[in-house]
Amino acid sequence: MSAQQLDLTSQAYESAASDAMASIQEKIQACMQCGTCSGSCPNASAMDYTPRQLWRLAQLGQKDEIFNSKTFYLCSACYFCTLRCPRGLPLTETIGALKRIAAAEGIEMYKSSIQFYKSFMDTVRRYGRVREMEFMNRYFLAMKNPFLPFKFASLGLKLMGKGKVSLEMPKFFGKGRLDAMFRKVEELEAKR
Amino acid sequence: MKYIYYSGCSLQGTALEYNVSTRAAMQALGSELVELEDWTCCGASAAEATSYLLAIVLAARNLALGERMEVGADFLIPCSACYLNLARVGEHVKQDPELLNKINEVLSEEGLSYKGGIKARHLLDVVATDFDPEDIDARVKRKLSGVRVAPYYGCQALRPYCSFDDPEQPQSMEPLIEALGAEVHPWTVGAKCCGAALMSTKKNVAIERVTGILAAARGADCIVTVCPMCQINLEGYQAKVSKTRGEALDISILYLPQLMGLALGLSEKELKLNLNLAFTDSFRAKLKTEK
Ligand code: SF4
Ligand code: SF4
Repeated sequence: MSAQQLDLTSQAYESAASDAMASIQEKIQACMQCGTCSGSCPNASAMDYTPRQLWRLAQLGQKDEIFNSKTFYLCSACYFCTLRCPRGLPLTETIGALKRIAAAEGIEMYKSSIQFYKSFMDTVRRYGRVREMEFMNRYFLAMKNPFLPFKFASLGLKLMGKGKVSLEMPKFFGKGRLDAMFRKVEELEAKR
Repeated sequence: MKYIYYSGCSLQGTALEYNVSTRAAMQALGSELVELEDWTCCGASAAEATSYLLAIVLAARNLALGERMEVGADFLIPCSACYLNLARVGEHVKQDPELLNKINEVLSEEGLSYKGGIKARHLLDVVATDFDPEDIDARVKRKLSGVRVAPYYGCQALRPYCSFDDPEQPQSMEPLIEALGAEVHPWTVGAKCCGAALMSTKKNVAIERVTGILAAARGADCIVTVCPMCQINLEGYQAKVSKTRGEALDISILYLPQLMGLALGLSEKELKLNLNLAFTDSFRAKLKTEK
């Protein structure tokens, strides 16, 4: 691949991401900084910017600030902020949109999550359903981090004791069950 | 009553007991569950984090399959995350009619089409709305008297689409628990978050959420859940939580249909209680003595 092609690709990414960012900015326009979202968030104390501050940054289009912070990454999708926002803004879904930008841009801090989601979606594409252990194996392989499984070891052992998960290695052959749908989505998204 | 049953991926693996006990309890209540044939993953939280359209069509594919079955029944979905993903499709199509065309463009690859006419409902909605507590009471074979139950609702069954209960202070499980002959443990954390997927990405934060819930359950004999994610977070880390807190916070965690099944006369085996990670001997002893 030539340097020029590479350049074009990253430019395409940049512009897709800045479109996405602009649409977030627009969605969040009506935020009046009341702080109800922060007061409702179970994870606010672990965040660096509170949800209210995050939405101010989004209004200002401060993309770097947003993606250097842990806030969007610490959302557990409890939907309390969405429920209570007096402006009726779709806050939890907008955090979902931020996660998609972080994934598309390969934000470093978010890397293990991106890999987690990617491995998951690979399994869905291939089999249509997720066999939990297989997807975990894919994830460990993709992360190339042999120590990672230990983070999950104690729960994994408990589940294995119950015969709920088995130690199998992923299979890398065969046509994907949902290839056609995945391909169509990619095609439609490239068009936009 | 008849329902189209979407069990989802977790219920084939880590939440197998939720699957088995839902089927058993619904049968004991005289309902028919029609399996959704050829179903696929709802997209979980992973699809949304990669592509919006993909997340929507993965869920819509299942709704389209349900419409094609032409059984004139609602979906019954035990997993809160699956429920929200499927329920969201209809809501988003209402807000953005153009989305329906896009969905169908993708679904045509599978020879399917989605019309938007089918309802996705959570298991809790079905048992709390479609059944009269008196009818449930009449089917109870073994009253759970003396058993104190903490009803845990979690997030996504209630929010953002709160169609059957109060999303701030839910109560839909209470008449049900009383119909089984058990007592409701009064607490205020039934709708709080369990930490969800943060348990795998930011464990210490999720452990704090779980600790708060387990501590509030002090005095109860068990917590009942209606979601595989809540269940595993509440049952899987009790030793760690108790150790950090320096106080024993271990408690039995059951899926709602498991508790219902016990009262409806089903055996521990039929409800797969052997698969639960937290089912204490003291709870089992209580069930025996309270016959
Ligand atoms: S609750 Fe809504 S209006 Fe208030 S600060 Fe948060 S986003 Fe803005
Ligand atoms: S949805 Fe996310 S940001 Fe909103 S209150 Fe819940 S955890 Fe906080």
